[in-house]
Amino acid sequence: MDNNPLKISTLLAKLESELKQLISKRKLKNPLMIGIHNGGGWIAEKLHHRLALQEPVGIIDISFYRDNFSQTETFSQVKPNLLPQQMEGRDIILIDDVFYTGRTARSALNEIFDYGRPRHVILAVLIEQEGREVPLRPDCSGQTLLLANNERIKLTGPEPLALDIQSPDKQLTAA
Amino acid sequence: MNNFQLNKEGRLHHFITIEGLSKEILTEILDTAESFLGISEQPVKKVPLLRGKTIVNLFFENSTRTRTTFELAASRLSADVLSINIETSATSKGESLLDTIRNLEAMHVDMFVVRHAISGAGHFIAQNTAPHISVINAGDGQHAHPTQAMLDMFTIRQYKHDFKPLKVAIIGDILHSRVARSQIQALKTLGVKEIRVVAPKTLLPSHVEQLGVKVFNTMEEGLDNLDVIIMVRLQKERMTSALLPSEREYFKCFGLTEERLKLAKPDAIVMHPGPINRGVEIASSIADGPQSVILQQVSNGIAVRMAIMTLTLQNKGDSV
Repeated sequence: MDNNPLKISTLLAKLESELKQLISKRKLKNPLMIGIHNGGGWIAEKLHHRLALQEPVGIIDISFYRDNFSQTETFSQVKPNLLPQQMEGRDIILIDDVFYTGRTARSALNEIFDYGRPRHVILAVLIEQEGREVPLRPDCSGQTLLLANNERIKLTGPEPLALDIQSPDKQLTAA
Repeated sequence: MNNFQLNKEGRLHHFITIEGLSKEILTEILDTAESFLGISEQPVKKVPLLRGKTIVNLFFENSTRTRTTFELAASRLSADVLSINIETSATSKGESLLDTIRNLEAMHVDMFVVRHAISGAGHFIAQNTAPHISVINAGDGQHAHPTQAMLDMFTIRQYKHDFKPLKVAIIGDILHSRVARSQIQALKTLGVKEIRVVAPKTLLPSHVEQLGVKVFNTMEEGLDNLDVIIMVRLQKERMTSALLPSEREYFKCFGLTEERLKLAKPDAIVMHPGPINRGVEIASSIADGPQSVILQQVSNGIAVRMAIMTLTLQNKGDSV
C-alpha cells in the first residue's frame, strides 16, 4: 500500500508542504482555513492540525449557492456555516476533498465573498480530477487524476478517511 | 396521489391546504425549514437560491406578521418581492380578481402569496393561473392557513422532537379559525396521539368531531395531561351574531390562567398564532412566561415560509 498514489497520509503530507510554501510566498497573515462541508471539512481539520494554525477551522455548506437549483433533490440536510464574524480583508485557505468541474469552488467563492472581501483566497484540494467546466483551478493538490468519464472519486470519513474510485465496473479503495 | 397542489411527479407546486398532503411531504417541509433556520442567525442573512424570481404578495385582507415574514422569507432567498396594497389598488376600482392576476402574469411573476377573506380564493387562483406560477395560501376565509400550521408543527417538533406520543389541544374560537382547521389536518397527518378542541359550543363548528378530534367544553377537562396547548384568538371581527356573553365571561371560563396551566404536563408548551388578545384568551403572565413559545413561532415562521417557497418554486407545474 506504500506505493499507492492515493494514500491519504501521503497526500496530506504533500499538501502540507505545498501550503507552507504558499503561505510564506504570498506572505499570508493569520490564515483562516475554511473547509467545504463535508469532505473538505474533514481534510481542513487534518491540515489545520498539521500546520498548527491558530484560528479554529471554518466550515461552509455551499448547498444554497449551487447553480442547479431545479435539479437539486433536497435541501433538508444543509448545515449552518461556521465562520468568524470578520471576513473582510482576511487571508483564506479554502479546502475541499475533490476538485472536479470547479462548480463547487465557484459556489464557495461566491458564498465567502457575500461575507466580505478577503485579501487572498487559496484553494487546496486533496485530489484534482480532470474535468473542469469553469475557468478555475486549485492552487495546490495532493494528486491530479485522470479518470474515465463514468468514474468518480469520493472521500468517505471522517474516521477513517478513505478514497473510493467509483465506477459501474470496479471499486478501488485507498486509506 | 391526485392533488391539485402537486405536479405530475407528485412534487409540491402550490401550497393551498394541508388536506391531502402526505406525511412525507409535510416532513420534507419541516426538514427543509430546519436547514433554513441557520440563515437568519448568520451575519449574512441571505442565500441566492431564488435569485431572479419575482414573488407577489397579494393581501386582500390585513396582516402584519404573516405578510412581514413572507417578505423577509423571500428577501432572505434573494427573490424580488412586491407587496401590493389592495386597498389602494385597481381592485378597489372594480377590477376582478382574475383580471388582477392576468395583469400580474403579464409582468412575468413566479409566485403569488395570497390572503383573502373568501374561502377558496387561493385554490381559485392556483387553478386559473399560468402553469409556471406557484400559489401559496396565506389564509383564506375560514378555510385554511397552511403555512401557519406548518410553522406550528415545526415549533412543536423543535420542543417535543416526536409527534407520536403527544396530546395536543387547540383552545378557543375554533369556529372562525382557519388556523385551527389546518393545524388539525397537519397534526393528524403527522400522527399525534390525541387532538383535542376546547371551546364553548357556540364557538365550535357543527360535527367538529368528524375531523378526528376529542371535544371538550370545559378547560378543566380539556387541559388535563397535555403536552402542547395551542390558544387561538377570539375573532370578534368575524362574529356576526351574539356567540358570547362578554369577553370577561369568556376569560373566566376559557382563558388560560396560571392555575389552569398547572393541569397540563409541567413541560407543556403554550402556543398562539397571534395576534394575542391579552386577558381575553390568555393571561399576560403566561404569554410572557417560561412555557410560552409564541415568539419562537414567529422566528420559525420565516424558515418555514422559506422552505415552502423554495420547494414549490423548485418544482415546475404541469403545462395545460
